[in-house]
Amino acid sequence: MELPLEWQYYIYLELDHNGSEMKSILKSMRIIDPQLKIDRVTDILIENGMIKVIDDINENDFPDTNIYDFSNCICAPGFFDMHVHLREPGREDEETVITGSNSAAAGGFTGVACMPNTTPAIDSAEVINLIKEKSSKHLVDVFPIGAVSKGRNGEILAPISEMFSNGAVGFSDDGTAVKSAALLKNALEYTSMYNAPIIEHCEEESLADGAMNEGLVSTTLGLPSLPTVSEDLIVMRGILLAEYTGGRIHIAHISSKRSVELVREAKKKGINVTAEVTPHHFTLTDETLRTFDTNFKMSPPLRCREDVEAMIEGLKDGTIDCIASDHAPHSIEEKEMEFIYAPNGIIGLETQLGISLSELYHKKHLTLEELINKFAVNPRRILNLDIPKLEVGSAANLTIFDANKIWTVDKSKFKSKSKNTPFDKRLLTGKSVAVINNEQIYFDGEFKKI
Amino acid sequence: MSLSSKHLIGLKNVPKEDIELILDTATTFREVLERPIKKVPTLQGKTICNLFFESSTRTRLSFELAQKRLSADTINFSTSTSSTKKGETFKDTVRNIEAMKVDMIVVRHESAGVPEYLTRISQANIINAGDGRHEHPTQALLDMYSIREKLGKLKGLKVCIVGDIAHSRVALSNIYGLQAVGAKVTLCGPKTMIPREIENLGVKVIHDIDKAISEHDVLNVLRIQLEREAGSTIPSLREYHNYFGITSERLEKNNRDVLILHPGPINRGVELSSEVADGPYQIILNQVTNGVAIRMAVLYLLGTRP
Ligand SMILES: [Zn+2]
Repeated sequence: MELPLEWQYYIYLELDHNGSEMKSILKSMRIIDPQLKIDRVTDILIENGMIKVIDDINENDFPDTNIYDFSNCICAPGFFDMHVHLREPGREDEETVITGSNSAAAGGFTGVACMPNTTPAIDSAEVINLIKEKSSKHLVDVFPIGAVSKGRNGEILAPISEMFSNGAVGFSDDGTAVKSAALLKNALEYTSMYNAPIIEHCEEESLADGAMNEGLVSTTLGLPSLPTVSEDLIVMRGILLAEYTGGRIHIAHISSKRSVELVREAKKKGINVTAEVTPHHFTLTDETLRTFDTNFKMSPPLRCREDVEAMIEGLKDGTIDCIASDHAPHSIEEKEMEFIYAPNGIIGLETQLGISLSELYHKKHLTLEELINKFAVNPRRILNLDIPKLEVGSAANLTIFDANKIWTVDKSKFKSKSKNTPFDKRLLTGKSVAVINNEQIYFDGEFKKI
Repeated sequence: MSLSSKHLIGLKNVPKEDIELILDTATTFREVLERPIKKVPTLQGKTICNLFFESSTRTRLSFELAQKRLSADTINFSTSTSSTKKGETFKDTVRNIEAMKVDMIVVRHESAGVPEYLTRISQANIINAGDGRHEHPTQALLDMYSIREKLGKLKGLKVCIVGDIAHSRVALSNIYGLQAVGAKVTLCGPKTMIPREIENLGVKVIHDIDKAISEHDVLNVLRIQLEREAGSTIPSLREYHNYFGITSERLEKNNRDVLILHPGPINRGVELSSEVADGPYQIILNQVTNGVAIRMAVLYLLGTRP
């Protein structure tokens, strides 16, 4: 019987690696690093987690090395998902820092930023440190996002300086928008001291009392609905306050066409605004709700065809900086409920690379280089993190993927604790093969030292 | 002749033949209901579960009576989701239902999609007795039956649905059903009560009650949810009555007859004035009797479907 991956991971941690020299050769990959303008087929030698050689290597010159044949694969700086919910502390039945990190590794990610809507919320140094402690030995780097307000209740500012100095990389009341314009203004002023972004979940609360997007489909399904303008208002509020305060606003999971236009105009004006989009918002429309399947219920909700097209346009022209999953695990019991009561959210760490390659790269909306920017470079730039480089002397932080691998999503094989995906059984082209980071490799379902 | 679907979830995409079959079958049962012994043995041995997650005495009684007249065995389950933890009751109940192996389930729920969900987890025939703002097919069928009984036809008639379309579960079913049999449907109400893009369903939207009266053969007047509307979607019930209520003065200005339906219970002085509610144009009590006949027809046709 196969052990749950969480156990496998702990067993792996227990193994004595006896400090001996580790050498591995990654063979015959197309290496792409948009920052260094590299795009060629070659080999990489990694020694104790560091890149030692990037060149064609004769493995006979290096006895006692592990050889990984990655021919037909692409090797890029490790991918980063800046919007995931790891559910720890509070809902460890749905996901933990470890299982979420395993899911990230399986999906092709070497780093994630986790949202603060846990129980208790990530609103103190203690919770930041708890998460950092849990993830400290993992291949996947976990960076907490701190809450903007204490307890995420929208009343008073959370200890932003304290959280920042303990490792928070951005601030958000995700799940909802920052409650008032006054609080957001102060939060933008305050975080601008650290150049850290406020990540806004854009939803005007008084217009957000609905279970799906407002339009013809909600009219015919008889479900309570919320309009795209509820998103647009908060996007506009964030942009104007960022302009006024000089703070940085990052629009989480943008989903409406008008919001993309607002971000585009704001960027032209030089306002400090960035944006992310989820794979479901550039792939699916509200038509998918016709079966009342709660795995298509999320916030913001799936929109219309013209919105989906605007997401792709925004990705192409750079209005949308990066792709993030909004990985939101929920138990089957919670999701299997009447539609209006079922919680919002779907998981996405293990499908988003495949969906992005299928829908953006293979449909010729983005080049591989552009896609790598959206996954590896821009999210880290937004969070002021070091961007891994494919150069000798750097720590190996790599994502290796096969852009042409055809596979079918099977939720039973997910490493995530939860299975709430709308993409089960979908045929995709492109899949992660391995990730390398923190002197570890995840390959073939296993973590090993590298 | 039998129905093309195993379930009755809504009237969307239900073929004209099915609707006519139900209406014709209801005519037969309507005659049964006039007899001194109003009971037929048609569904003897069948077990029907009435699952009401939302209180609706009228609809439930109508279904129960229909089931008794057809000699079916009945299990009643009523609960209000507000009193318990949302979702919990539903799943427990559904698990029980799966174990009980009933033949048919009549379900009412405040969330759209619940009847559809039951079709996926149960072998029984599912009949939707109203889900959220989605559909309430037997109500629309009885409305259509009542119109046909009074005016002799449905094809070519102009029907205006008046009131809070956005929060109604009857409106969509009526639109689909009436369009299937060739009637023309208009909606009339304040703009806040008209859901977005509904014109795409092929209906006309107007906001003038006098036009609704003068240009239509039938007015199907919906009930205003008193608690919900006043102050939010309409300024006040008084203003609603003054601008959208049906009064005898308004009807008298009109020089042709117009038939008035109302699914009940009526808010007198809001959507209908008292004189209109008791007046010669309305057929509200016929609707109640016809409701039993329609539900008998649906239960019979689904229960005896090969
Ligand atoms: Zn969010």
